Amino acid sequence: MTLDHIGPVATDGANEGQAIGASRRAFLKAGLAGGGFVLSFSLPTFALRATAGTPAGFEPNAFIRIGSDGSVTLTMPQVEMGQGTYTSIPMLIAEELEVDLTHVGVEHAPPDRKRYGNPGLGGEQVTGNSSSIRAFWDPMRRAGATARVMLISAAAKRWKVNPSECHAERGEVVHKASGRRIKFGALVADAAKVPVPEKVELKRPDEFKLIGTPAKRLDTPLKVNGKAVYGIDVRPPGVKIATLAQSPTFGGRLKSVDDKAARAVKGVRQIVRLDDAVAVVADHMGAAKKGLAALIIEWDHGPNAKLATQDIEKELEQATLGAGAVAQQIGDVGKAMTGAANKVEAIYQVPFLAHACMEPMNCTVHVRKDGCEVWVGTQVLARAQDVVAKTTGLPLDKVVVHNHLLGGGFGRRLEVDGVARAAQIAMQVDGPVKVVWTREEDIQHGVYRPYWFDRFSAGLDEKGMPVAWNHRYAGSSVAARWAPPFFKNGLDPDSTEGAIDLVYALPNMRVEYVQVEPPGIPTGFWRSVGPSHNVFVVESFMDELAAAAKKDPVQYRLALMDKSPRAKAVLQLAAEKAGWGQPLPKRSGRGVSVQFAFGSYMAQVAEVEVSKDGDVRVRRVVCAVDCGAVVNPDTVRAQVQSAVIFGISAALFGQITLKDGRVEQTNFDTYRVLRMSEAPLIEVHIVQNTEHPGGLGEPGTSAIVPAVINAVFAATGKRLRKPPVDPAELRLA
Amino acid sequence: MAYALKVNGTTHTVDVDGDTPLLWVLRDVLGMTGTKFGCGMALCGACTVHMNGAPIRSCVTPVQSVGGAAITTIEAIGNTAAGRKIQKAWLDLEVVQCGYCQSGQIMSASALLASNPHPNDSAIDDAMSGNICRCGTYVRIREAIKHAAKSTTTVKEG
Repeated sequence: MTLDHIGPVATDGANEGQAIGASRRAFLKAGLAGGGFVLSFSLPTFALRATAGTPAGFEPNAFIRIGSDGSVTLTMPQVEMGQGTYTSIPMLIAEELEVDLTHVGVEHAPPDRKRYGNPGLGGEQVTGNSSSIRAFWDPMRRAGATARVMLISAAAKRWKVNPSECHAERGEVVHKASGRRIKFGALVADAAKVPVPEKVELKRPDEFKLIGTPAKRLDTPLKVNGKAVYGIDVRPPGVKIATLAQSPTFGGRLKSVDDKAARAVKGVRQIVRLDDAVAVVADHMGAAKKGLAALIIEWDHGPNAKLATQDIEKELEQATLGAGAVAQQIGDVGKAMTGAANKVEAIYQVPFLAHACMEPMNCTVHVRKDGCEVWVGTQVLARAQDVVAKTTGLPLDKVVVHNHLLGGGFGRRLEVDGVARAAQIAMQVDGPVKVVWTREEDIQHGVYRPYWFDRFSAGLDEKGMPVAWNHRYAGSSVAARWAPPFFKNGLDPDSTEGAIDLVYALPNMRVEYVQVEPPGIPTGFWRSVGPSHNVFVVESFMDELAAAAKKDPVQYRLALMDKSPRAKAVLQLAAEKAGWGQPLPKRSGRGVSVQFAFGSYMAQVAEVEVSKDGDVRVRRVVCAVDCGAVVNPDTVRAQVQSAVIFGISAALFGQITLKDGRVEQTNFDTYRVLRMSEAPLIEVHIVQNTEHPGGLGEPGTSAIVPAVINAVFAATGKRLRKPPVDPAELRLA
Repeated sequence: MAYALKVNGTTHTVDVDGDTPLLWVLRDVLGMTGTKFGCGMALCGACTVHMNGAPIRSCVTPVQSVGGAAITTIEAIGNTAAGRKIQKAWLDLEVVQCGYCQSGQIMSASALLASNPHPNDSAIDDAMSGNICRCGTYVRIREAIKHAAKSTTTVKEG
């Protein structure tokens, strides 16, 4: 296993290699480069830009190289941020190629969205939206199978036997009848000359040896001995360390800086002034922080100087009083509501949330006259390159970006504000400079999960079942800024995921969305994105309907799920494994949620205990997941455990609030996240099937929040409609 | 002023202000980047190292307070019996995700195991609740500490 964290990846060899057997329509091309057999293939990308035409000729965007020593190297567009993709994607190749997983090395792809764009994300070079396995499931396996077929052909030709008499196993081609074997490495030159087969047969699920079997993660050993290199760890020769203060209000400007005391700090080298920020450059972060604290800074607080969360709340509330863009309409809600036996209404709000990745934002940049180098851990390599070119005025091809491991992404590293900031600072510094944000800066200058305001009404029939469902909500559309082509007619697929196409069959349903961009606070994708909000409100309101009908929340849901057998199955499984219905002590309760999101079905049962003082403790979480074919079951379990903890932090503690235009939270004392002593037992039950894989990095987060809040209702009878949990509301009098 | 620091058995002389946190001396002056920065206020544990075998938060430990104490970091914790067991358990149970906090987790867990070879849940909570993990690997950390405690490997203190 090799991981190239440090240098740029040389993929040019693949292009220079003699191209043999390429056809105009082929998605694969074979060649010989650097003494190895290189299979270049192009993943089907859907151009994000409307203007992008069909590329002329063959544009490979992924490469498998088999060396004469038998080593297999995959140049891969996805980044590792803890989700295990450096293990699960090589598993797809290794499975079809018939090599040991440990023999597959991974290299980061350089920034180039034309080549490395993610087919599931509009061709952007992005790691996100739980999409890696979903998008690469077919093409990666096909590439592996193609290479195997070509190696077998080469061996058969050499032995003068029929290829059908040969098979591949553990990096060798075997001719069973004669007992002959030859290693892949010895075949590379010949294999490169074999015409690329038009069609290859992929393994049937019952033939899988690796897929579906727990695999050891390939990126782990360096992460337990301090040798793994994250963005924050790079040390190009002569690097200086900078830390910064950005305008405490969004949109404010720097008025003046008295840097006399800061300059006197030992190790401080330079003070860099920007329009809306100031940075201290020093020999080490200790000196940079001390220097920053010694600055006397005056800010012009700008147009948002008085902004408070309540202002945003009011604006959103107002917006939900008018009509929105219709995201889904089924039947006639108005008519059904008039004829309903009972009516239920509720208003929900969800707060701004920060990502608080363990690795604070950072980026290292070295600007020279004729070019520049960037070292960063990012989910969007090509965007990082773009923004540095734009900031420095250098041509794109003069900006070299080295990507590194990410100390958490969760959506924060889909943004390049920190990269642009580092480039601005580096333009004023001679030599490389590593810009490291303090935790306070990281929390107070985030790109936050939007605040949403939701208005619900439902009509129930005499039996208490919903005959009308009316949902209107207002909030920021992240997609409208981040991927504008996806925002059409006032709607985008992210803002509506989880609010429409429910797992429930509702005869009359109307869902409207009102896009409102809050002033003075940037919004972005946050683990489980749109569903982080929609699943919470839908599953909370469904619970309210069950309560109004005086029915069991699980039975009530199941009665509406006949058209979603996979959703029904996970709900039944989770309820059964959780011991749903079995008695619990006083002030304890179970809550449930079920969802279809990111291509996966999931149900969760959370068991909580509420103290006299109103503190909520999540004791146990039972999760049932159907994510189609499972590549690495251990990664599925790990991702669900992770997503559940992430979501509990949000349900119990998470909120970013504004006062006087500033974020009030600063560090892990005021922006609490779950700790070891508060972590529940988590059980993950995986439904076995062979459906197309669904995403797994995020569903656990959107599912847990309503499960916890519904459990609090079961334990206390209090319906919380505005997370996080406020213990004061749950305190015993 | 110059300070002589004993880190992982080697003495280094560094010329920094005495109030400089040990974390930045390790990372930026000595280039030992295995120890991580997370909060700067002893709230998250990412910067945990050992001082004479006891876990400390290096982000709030001024270099002038270290004196002649022996500092051990993640880069050398594998030379101790407890450290080696913990590292192995972390791999065996596939604890790690993004991995950024794991240096600190491993340092806290190694100190726990060295002082308490068979910690129960409440001892694990006490020792580990100062270490935050945003990937939420707590369930596996707990299992891995128990797994390490059970392992019979006897290794010589290094």
